[in-house]
Amino acid sequence: MPMPYYVSPEQMMQDKAEYAKKGIARGRSIIAIEYLNGILLVAENPSASLYKISEIYDSIAFAGAGKYSEFENLRKAGIRHADLKGFMYSREDVTARSLANGYSQSLGTIFSQEQKPLEVEILVVQVGHNGHANEMYRISFDGSIIDERTFAVIGGKAEAIQALLKEKGLTQPPDLKGALSLCIASLEQIGSQKLSLESLEVAVLDRTREGRRFRRLSAADTKLLLGT
Amino acid sequence: MKLPFLPNHDDSSFFDFLTRHHPALTPVGRSGFVQAQATGDPMRGGAMSVPHATTVLAIKYQDGVVIAGDRRATEGFQIAERRIEKVFKIDEYSAMAIAGAAGPCIEMAKLFQVELEHYEKLEGVQLSCEGKANKLGQMVKANLPMVYQGLVVMPLYVGYDVKRSEGRIFKYDLAGGRYEESDYHAIGSGGKDARNTMREHFLKSLAEPEALKLALLALYNAADDDVGTGGPDLVRGIYPTAKIVSGRGITDVPDPQIRSIYDGLIATRRSKEI
Repeated sequence: MPMPYYVSPEQMMQDKAEYAKKGIARGRSIIAIEYLNGILLVAENPSASLYKISEIYDSIAFAGAGKYSEFENLRKAGIRHADLKGFMYSREDVTARSLANGYSQSLGTIFSQEQKPLEVEILVVQVGHNGHANEMYRISFDGSIIDERTFAVIGGKAEAIQALLKEKGLTQPPDLKGALSLCIASLEQIGSQKLSLESLEVAVLDRTREGRRFRRLSAADTKLLLGT
Repeated sequence: MKLPFLPNHDDSSFFDFLTRHHPALTPVGRSGFVQAQATGDPMRGGAMSVPHATTVLAIKYQDGVVIAGDRRATEGFQIAERRIEKVFKIDEYSAMAIAGAAGPCIEMAKLFQVELEHYEKLEGVQLSCEGKANKLGQMVKANLPMVYQGLVVMPLYVGYDVKRSEGRIFKYDLAGGRYEESDYHAIGSGGKDARNTMREHFLKSLAEPEALKLALLALYNAADDDVGTGGPDLVRGIYPTAKIVSGRGITDVPDPQIRSIYDGLIATRRSKEI
């Protein structure tokens, strides 16, 4: 009987991580940033119909970078998780924390037990209202979960954009226009190319709205907002 | 690919997801423990007495549909609830009214709300008006076993069809059959009385105030003739509720407006008695 080759667990994990990172690095970046009335999400996305940002529940949104089929699957599972919880208990019992935990468990298990890890990085954000703070969770391919403040970035050039945004030293959340132009400027600077508004996917979680607080901004909306 | 720790399912229907993975949460989920008490007569309410909700109606007018309902729920010969709400906003462009056993009715309305929102979030687009009406028909059909336990759920669905720019009314039968009504419809124990009133006064392309007035008149007449239907309760200030379904979305008719229409109506009736 032929013996299988021995591969140390460290080596195996390292290989998987490298594989996943490579997949994610090919993708474009997505920024979530707190603004005065909520959270703004901006993604570089040439497609007008295949979304990277999505509504999950009343005040929760999702963004995924990496392999589309994989984060789309996660997005749908997240909507089911949220709708089930909201139906079983009540709408206010659906929280980003519980969802982020589910994602983290799921990604972690797949990373350690499956042949191929998921090549995704995802964001789960929740806008706080009635005096509650916003919540932003960044979850990696291996299930590690990071609780972010002020802004969160995922995707190919995430680290560079993060460093750039940190440099700005935001102390107060900007207004929507300010936040949007900051995101566009950062994406343009790191990608060293001019971005058209049509190639951006923009959405907000607006705490001033009632019920479902997620809203997409079309290219026309962003144009109007930026006054260009 | 299966995702551990997260719900896995293959299609975009929340109702199908529940039926498959959490059957106890669906209206049919309770069939197990009611079985013992079944009497077999679907229209009699079985051996159990559950609150029944009663007259609801919908009338088309030039820009959409008025949907309205009374507020009474009865349990045998007792009034179980005076302020029950039987007209529900389901999403931005649809509303539904219910007649039948109050608990499962409200449950179905809630489930239908989640169903439509769930589909919209998963697919990125809303279901068409026709699609929503069909889905509700499937839910009514799935409830058939409960009908034999006496737990009847009978919806009246009203949607604004954005593609056709018109309001539409759908009625159902207990087996899930779906029928479109072209002008108006009413269901519940006082449904026939309400339909009689509407038949006499309905005109094509009514204006909104006239349609609302006719809806409230029909409810008033139904309450006059049917014990299960509540009329305006002047002492407690409880009035039937109405919603307007149009291209602007779903709007509640404010209570003071309904009250003033009834004040006029009652004054006219009173003048006939002198």
